[in-house]
Amino acid sequence: MKRIVVKEDVCIGCGLCEVYCIVEHSMSKDIIKAYRKEHPKPLSRVRVEEDRPFSFGVQCRHCEEPPCVIACLSGAMHVDEKTGLVMHDAEKCMGCWSCIMVCPYGAIRIDVSGKVVVKCDLCEGLDVPACVANCPNQALVYEEEIPKCQST
Amino acid sequence: MIVGGSVGAIGAVEAIREIDPLGTITVISAEPFPQYSRPMVASYVSGEATLEKMKYRDDQFWEKNKVQALVGRKAMTIDLAGRYVVLDRGDKISFGKLLIATGGKPLVPKTEGVGKDGVFTFTDLTNAENLRAKLKEGRTAVVIGGGLIGVSVAEALVKSGAKVTIVELRDRILDLILDEVASKIVEKVISESGVAVVTGQTVQRILGKSGDSRVVSGIVLANGEEMPCDLVVIAIGVVPRTELAVGTDLRVNNGVIVDRFMRTNIPDVYACGDVAEAYDFIFETNRLLPLWPVAHLGGRVAGLNMAGKKTEYPGGTLMSALKYFGLPVISVGMTVLEKSNGYEVLVDHRPAGNVYKKIVLKNDVMVGMTLVGNIERAGIIFHLMKNRVNVRQFKRELVSEDFGLINIPAPLRKKLFMMGD
Repeated sequence: MKRIVVKEDVCIGCGLCEVYCIVEHSMSKDIIKAYRKEHPKPLSRVRVEEDRPFSFGVQCRHCEEPPCVIACLSGAMHVDEKTGLVMHDAEKCMGCWSCIMVCPYGAIRIDVSGKVVVKCDLCEGLDVPACVANCPNQALVYEEEIPKCQST
Repeated sequence: MIVGGSVGAIGAVEAIREIDPLGTITVISAEPFPQYSRPMVASYVSGEATLEKMKYRDDQFWEKNKVQALVGRKAMTIDLAGRYVVLDRGDKISFGKLLIATGGKPLVPKTEGVGKDGVFTFTDLTNAENLRAKLKEGRTAVVIGGGLIGVSVAEALVKSGAKVTIVELRDRILDLILDEVASKIVEKVISESGVAVVTGQTVQRILGKSGDSRVVSGIVLANGEEMPCDLVVIAIGVVPRTELAVGTDLRVNNGVIVDRFMRTNIPDVYACGDVAEAYDFIFETNRLLPLWPVAHLGGRVAGLNMAGKKTEYPGGTLMSALKYFGLPVISVGMTVLEKSNGYEVLVDHRPAGNVYKKIVLKNDVMVGMTLVGNIERAGIIFHLMKNRVNVRQFKRELVSEDFGLINIPAPLRKKLFMMGD
């Protein structure tokens, strides 16, 4: 299964991954409309962490044994049977923040509504996630990788 | 065989089926409902969650996992030597391996008047249905107990338009999981939203109406003060449902004692969830932890072991994520210290924004955290705590506003968080 791999040694901290994540999760999927017309605009599912000269982008790692799925109180967070990805059903989410409590990457965020969480869905439907496609220095790479984070 | 049909059983069934697609699984579930999320029952009372939304797994969950589910049936006794369970209609079902996942039940005090019409406990859907029905007439409520369940139910009642007072025995609400500062922030927020809080008091007596004394009309506090009300909700805690285990050869303390593989002292008999006393990775001992995520993990580990994949239980701990009237709070491990010797406490408190961060360390290893307001990076701290990482090198950053993975030294970040190449 393909996942996003973070190459922090080559990240330049430009933040384009965040910008294109916002665009991809906006209503219009258009950068100008998303930033100018959509209020509030969606949150970026990838977060650039920076402590100059170091930086990297981090988003949901789609763990093999995802702690967020174990902790979820409502059943909203689940492993997709077909893809093996960790997915979140906003319709079922009760906004209890249990997943946030246990995500080792701090990669789950409180949505702008304040009622549910949001996280990386690897841009369902796209061949390559928007953050990877728009990274100018291949600091985010989409490749076969075995995740090692485990809840058990 | 699994006795119990809530999250422990669900975790176990999913784990067993990952390893053994065909083995026979029987689940005995006393509650006559599809699998639902118990922590959501407060949202059901307030009308924020429908029954549909509360379903923890879909309606075909048992069928899809080839489980023979005896829903609405109750296990009465276990015969450990004969390897069978006796059900409510006297039928016997034998088992090869058994998981006791019977959960907990609300603790009810011996207060005079607890049997009156209008007095409720609050842990399951039946309670929630009854309370919701009663809310159509009753508008003034007293909640006995200011713990997790008490504050949740108080919020739900206020959102339903009721007038609510919490009566808490201790000097502050949520005293088991929050220190004074965090507790006061929550108390301020819930008070501003309409929940009255009385601390350091107990309900001595529940009063009945003059016309019909079986119906609640109010309560009397230990200090003699009377408070009229139509509803009383008892939320002083839960106790393990150990009836099946008591009197057998199973080792029972407060709950059924299990080892790091969720095994009881009897071969092939496991236990998990609110009924079990399992390992706590902060306190490094077995204890009761009646929490949904802990029950899910325990059930999963029990299931893996029952199916033959030996898996060590990493342990749970006291872990609570809260959202009362929109205020996010996360508290994990040892955050309320009885004695401060040997512990180091790091704090960032900004009262104006209801922001509070507290980290408790012992010998540079984190043993507790409380975050109020800004909680999004809590999981990073949780992961460091769970792995008992020495954080001496970066502990000052832990309470900084923008703490993140970047503050963790690169070698450790790569090793522990599998970041980078």
